Amino acid sequence: MRQSARTILALTRRTMNELVRVPTGALPGVLAPTIFMLGLSSVFGKAAELPGFHAPDFRTFIVPVGLIQGAGFTGAAIGVNLARDIEQGWFDRLLVAPVSRPSLLTGIVLSASLRALLPGTFLLCVAFALGVHWPGIDGLLIAYALFMGMAAAMACFAVAVALKFRTQQAAPLMQMGNFIASLFTVSYAPKALLAGWLATVATYNPVTYVLGGVRQGFVSEVTWQETWHAFAAVFGLVFLLSMLAMYGMSRVGVNE
Amino acid sequence: MSISLWRVSYALARRALRNSLRRPQFLAPLVIFPSLFLAVNVGGLHRSTDLPGFPAVHGFLDFQLAAALTQSLLLGGIAQGIAAALEIELGFFDRLAVAPIPRVAIVFGRLGATAVISAFQVAYFLILGLVFGAHVASGPGGALLTLVLGVLAGIGFGAIGQALALRARSAATLQGIFPLVFVILFISTAFFPRRLLESPIDTIARYNPLSYLADGIRNPIIATVDAKPVLEGLLAGGAITLFGVTVAVLALRGRLREA
Repeated sequence: MRQSARTILALTRRTMNELVRVPTGALPGVLAPTIFMLGLSSVFGKAAELPGFHAPDFRTFIVPVGLIQGAGFTGAAIGVNLARDIEQGWFDRLLVAPVSRPSLLTGIVLSASLRALLPGTFLLCVAFALGVHWPGIDGLLIAYALFMGMAAAMACFAVAVALKFRTQQAAPLMQMGNFIASLFTVSYAPKALLAGWLATVATYNPVTYVLGGVRQGFVSEVTWQETWHAFAAVFGLVFLLSMLAMYGMSRVGVNE
Repeated sequence: MSISLWRVSYALARRALRNSLRRPQFLAPLVIFPSLFLAVNVGGLHRSTDLPGFPAVHGFLDFQLAAALTQSLLLGGIAQGIAAALEIELGFFDRLAVAPIPRVAIVFGRLGATAVISAFQVAYFLILGLVFGAHVASGPGGALLTLVLGVLAGIGFGAIGQALALRARSAATLQGIFPLVFVILFISTAFFPRRLLESPIDTIARYNPLSYLADGIRNPIIATVDAKPVLEGLLAGGAITLFGVTVAVLALRGRLREA
């Protein structure tokens, strides 16, 4: 148990070191969600004037999407880093070390959650500076917990992809997963304003509920119902996708 | 263009095109990401056509096709830059540099491949749009005009991508400018009409050549051809291409001097 905790801590510290020592590598992932938030709100801002659009303004409505996207970008970056480690042989050395594979996965996934704090906090600072509605302490804490959970879920997905393809060239596939999960939801408009097919997809996409949980404090008030739906969705995603990643972990080295 | 320059450019274009087709993992994102964006934009904001000031269009999909196309062509420019940077990293560029060929053919050859890929991109989005209910209001002639504008823009973006590759010499650096594509698009009229953009983006969009290019590509799709936006689009596309080719050739000269 203690050995596992030390492994998880070491892997988390390694990811954090990357941020400090190669900041340029992390810069696009930190800036991209903010660029999207600023761009989308400047371009589609007038959409908030449509009847049925219940939000103070479009920027406030779109900030939670930026948070979820930032979490997804971070998860994908963790997957790309793992693919690089596999290509360069570093991951093979981890595999022959006396460390359990669930510990390896936990270390990688936990570092994604912590790393997501950077793009999320940067985006929120810019958003609040531009006058985005303050969600309250409870709304903010729920938002942080949920987007960190989403980063863990997306990291599990990206790890599964990295272990399957074992190359950095699979990066677009990881990004695509993030893109579909975060945008095929109520990202741009309330469900009543979506096209029929997108409303249906959004209903069955669990990220819709996570987004609803992150968004609630920004656009109205925190409610118990939205909160537990969001946490149930994020826990479900982490559970299912970690099973997928663990399956990939267990297959590494078999029949090679 | 001398026969030698033409023949070498043609051979290099064929090589670049074949290489691109052999690595579909580099080509697929050029259409997949803009297609996903198109789906989300249209599905999420299709009611935007009800906004006061929105031009009369058959549907929001018709309006958004030009945005997806412009985005795809910009990504294509980066992909061509990455391919050129990989050739520098892997040493193929050095072998070309010492070969008895007109050096400028290195740039023109890849631009030839870019033109063909751009034509495919335009055709893909027009077909996608028609399948999902869009209309090309100007008919086949309008579609042809969109193709011409798209290919012209694609060549320009490809040339800029090559110039960046020749300066940076690193595929990773080119990959890092990926978010810039979105910045440039967001400060143009590619996604929304200018009169509905928030300030100060509406003012910036006025001076962004990409706005005129997107509007030029869009005009034959959403209305009967209007000379003004189409000519402005051609002018913007021509200017981008002229600028791109000039900086690419200058970057090539600089690179050869250093070699």
